[in-house]
Amino acid sequence: MNVNVCNVCLSEFSPVVRADTPRVLEALTMGLFTELKDSISRVTDRLFSDQEPKRIGIYGPPNAGKTTLANRIARDWTGDAIGTESHIPHETRRARRKENVQIERNGKSVTIDIVDTPGVTTKVDYEEFTDEMEEEDAIRRSREATEGVAEAMHWLREDVDGVIYVLDSAEDPITQVNTMLIGIIESRDLPVLIFANKIDLEESSVKRIEDAFPQHKTVPLSAKEGDNMDEVYDAIAAYFG
Amino acid sequence: MPTATNDSDGSDGIQIDLISGERMNELATMEKIRMILDGVHDGNIVILEEGLTPDEESKLIETTMAEINPDGFNGIEIETYPKGESSNSSLLGRIMGNDESGAKLTVIGPANRIETLHKDETLISTLVSRS
Repeated sequence: MNVNVCNVCLSEFSPVVRADTPRVLEALTMGLFTELKDSISRVTDRLFSDQEPKRIGIYGPPNAGKTTLANRIARDWTGDAIGTESHIPHETRRARRKENVQIERNGKSVTIDIVDTPGVTTKVDYEEFTDEMEEEDAIRRSREATEGVAEAMHWLREDVDGVIYVLDSAEDPITQVNTMLIGIIESRDLPVLIFANKIDLEESSVKRIEDAFPQHKTVPLSAKEGDNMDEVYDAIAAYFG
Repeated sequence: MPTATNDSDGSDGIQIDLISGERMNELATMEKIRMILDGVHDGNIVILEEGLTPDEESKLIETTMAEINPDGFNGIEIETYPKGESSNSSLLGRIMGNDESGAKLTVIGPANRIETLHKDETLISTLVSRS
């Protein structure tokens, strides 16, 4: 409140009140302090709100190495893992969140929540698992996998602030699921980083991924071997910090 | 909705449902998804003239997952083919880069009947088994 406003306020007080000007000024000062305190409180709330960790969803097709990456990031910065890794598709059948992962880059600190999601697909056939387990377990795994995919889609629509899209760089990235998911992510205006994983494999081709999605930054890495993780963390800090 | 079948009693044939954009535009999201999945559950190949929006695609995946059943239905195969510059979107819209119609020819079928589904820049190729 400026002086002019104070003058207007005073002129509107009754003569009785005007006679007790020091008390009026005291009341006004208190009012100013209250207003200032409220204002600071609002700004502080907003600042804290901005500082709330962003939820970064790790998405991609099954077996791209999402959980291996999530575990690598979580272990590097918190010492804990997030989930179990496996060569059998749909090992991750529930979205799992690791909160307050604090990543330090170039003297700055970025805090994110990592959400490791089940691999997205449009089909799940329990017979794909019967070589690895009993039929009953395979059926249960497939049922849980379908629930997990639906959950992942729900998270994408409602609950993530950014996306790390993980692809197996040894596989052809141009699949309908990848195209659809990138389209869905783009339609929601979410910041997205593409991670070309498994560069330790001989048949890996990062260029194939860069060519498939030239509109997004692609970062090569091997989550399993820990290759190029510095660039991974630089990119996370730059995109989601 | 134009349909084609190569078998009059439908028992051994493959039905293809070609659904116009006009027909889909009349429907709410869940009605579209229901129409697609009902067709796919019946073993049909569903071709959408104008496809789905990203949000509808997301809900299609989610609904498909909810309906997968180890006793029969194991999901869908889907391919899309965006319309190029020959599409009927407005010239101004394309020049301004705001052609948001998203219209794209989309082929959807039951995963257990589609043996291969290939797409390149000019071709979607589908091989459908009868059983």
